[in-house]
Amino acid sequence: MNRRIFSSIALVACALASAPTFAADNKLVMGVSVPAATHGWTGGVVYWANRTKAELEKQYPGAKVIVKTAGSATEQANQVQDLQTVNKIDTLVILPFESAPLTKPVAQVKNKGVFVTVVDRGLTDTNAQSAYVAGDNPGFGKVAAEYMAKRLGGAGNLVILRGIPTVIDNQRVDAFNEVLKAHPNIKVLDAKHGNWNRDDAFKVMQDYLTRFKQIDAVWASDDDMAVGVQKAIAQAKRSDVKLVVGGAGSKDYIKKVMDGDPIVSADVTYAPSMIADAMKATAEARIKGSEMPATTIIPSVLVTKENASKYYFPDSPF
Amino acid sequence: MPPALTDSMQTAARLPDPTAPAAARQAARQLRVRLRDAGPVIGLVLLCIAGGLLNPDFATWDNAMNVLTRTAFIGIIAVGMCFVITSGGIDLSVGSMAALIAGSVIMVMNWVAPLAGSPGAAVLVGMAVALTLGAAFGLVHGLLITKGRIEPFIVTLGTLGIFRAYLTYFSNGGALTLDNTLADAYGPVYYGAWLGVPIPIWVFAAVALAGMLLLNRTSYGRYVQAIGSNEQVARYAAVAVNRIKIWTYVLLGICVGVATLLYVPRLGSASPSTGLLWELEAIAAVIVGGTALKGGNGRIVGTVIGAVLLSVIGNILNLTSIISVYLNAAVQGFVIIVVAFLQRGRR
Repeated sequence: MNRRIFSSIALVACALASAPTFAADNKLVMGVSVPAATHGWTGGVVYWANRTKAELEKQYPGAKVIVKTAGSATEQANQVQDLQTVNKIDTLVILPFESAPLTKPVAQVKNKGVFVTVVDRGLTDTNAQSAYVAGDNPGFGKVAAEYMAKRLGGAGNLVILRGIPTVIDNQRVDAFNEVLKAHPNIKVLDAKHGNWNRDDAFKVMQDYLTRFKQIDAVWASDDDMAVGVQKAIAQAKRSDVKLVVGGAGSKDYIKKVMDGDPIVSADVTYAPSMIADAMKATAEARIKGSEMPATTIIPSVLVTKENASKYYFPDSPF
Repeated sequence: MPPALTDSMQTAARLPDPTAPAAARQAARQLRVRLRDAGPVIGLVLLCIAGGLLNPDFATWDNAMNVLTRTAFIGIIAVGMCFVITSGGIDLSVGSMAALIAGSVIMVMNWVAPLAGSPGAAVLVGMAVALTLGAAFGLVHGLLITKGRIEPFIVTLGTLGIFRAYLTYFSNGGALTLDNTLADAYGPVYYGAWLGVPIPIWVFAAVALAGMLLLNRTSYGRYVQAIGSNEQVARYAAVAVNRIKIWTYVLLGICVGVATLLYVPRLGSASPSTGLLWELEAIAAVIVGGTALKGGNGRIVGTVIGAVLLSVIGNILNLTSIISVYLNAAVQGFVIIVVAFLQRGRR
């Protein structure tokens, strides 16, 4: 973290030093607040935020982008205030830790004239956001279910690993089950929480394998969980599982799809690069003065061998 | 397994009986003590019966091996934790420490592999690094706590954050993954078996046995319990309090290193979510097993049973779908409180 803080201080210092020259052309001061890199997906978010910061500052000379990471909702709320009072931002792009506790702090900043783009997790009061850019959680479940139903030929036994109990997880699982209603011969044996964590997924899958003698497919619903799932299957030496679908599009799993893995034949995106899309769209709207759509949904896409190379980013930590 | 006799029980047993009623009272007291000691065992037996009734698959050899293997990490750490808690200390950093050691070991192995020639040699280097790092972290804890005179709670709360932050930094927020050839060479340490019993269970048993002997049968173990009972008195009795306390943290660090040795080959990767909340599970295992949180009274056998008990709960919940998945944590909470109730009264 030290390096990151150091480099951002250095960059801010450089930007401050060079600001007077460009200030006339451009006044964009964008604060970007994202959760700290505590697991693969948020690691990807931080990577994309920093990468886009560099791109934007190059593309719009004089523009200043400040990326901050927060370890908790409270820390993020304080950070938002600091960005407004200390850094004098005029634009905020925020991926809230949690929706409810950040609604008030963000609303306050917006009331002071800051343009607010909220990413991924919508605030409880939509008046607190100027624009909303989000991943498609119901689509995430729907795309996975449709693919798995097709691959199973409409019949078979399936187990689900869920994430951390949250609205995001509920939306995904509900949409998944909704699609399966049209396939009565696909039996969902159970759905337990693996908490988007490799170790928990390993344990849950071990117990699924003990309990169910015939499992045709696993919806791991996350690439990290898919890692644990596959280790458990390998340990039990079970050959009945013919399909494991993860999700989110980590580089390792996209690579597997790209290389034609017999079991991991597809992945569903829920790309951490949505922060980059949000930052770019917001910067463009602010600098060119154009309207930004109130809601932008970044669809969850099915990744198969054919299109996998488009979603493969070997430099990203995720 | 019957709980080991403690010193007080042994002396009680050797005392001559001046009067019959006194002897009867003594016997009754001993019985109560034994019942209390048996609390975790009773809890575990009841849980296993419940598990077997709910799902016949529970009572299979394979499932038992799965549960014991996954208990090995927490169990080994809990054995070390038992020493620290018995001496009146605490270590909150073990989960983060395990994660950082796992990450460091993976980086070292990946780096050494091309230089060492064979993957096996790289794995051995990595194992040495794990144990050294564990001992070094434990030594730092011990020195800060004894020589630096900082509360163990604060020292280890600090390192809890430090260790995990450094892992996150090294992994860039993603995962550190072992190279495939190394993962194949190292895999048997977790997935292999000897006499039909997986390696991690053997290691767990060896660590528990060593811990039991050290705590109950050596002067070092008695000093640890003495310091936990009353540090001042121990100091007046010429016990080298600081040295013994430092060693409890070093031992725990080594235990964390050993646990990591078994953990890394399982997934071949470490990420910022590795070892999350292990400290609480390890502490819970120690306390459920009958060790007093305020120190002075350590139970290795109880600790092992406590650790197994905690993972059996999760296993039973996964093998059944009688209650909402949202209530899983609640079940664990209830069982911990019930078992603690069964062995109450030791204060």
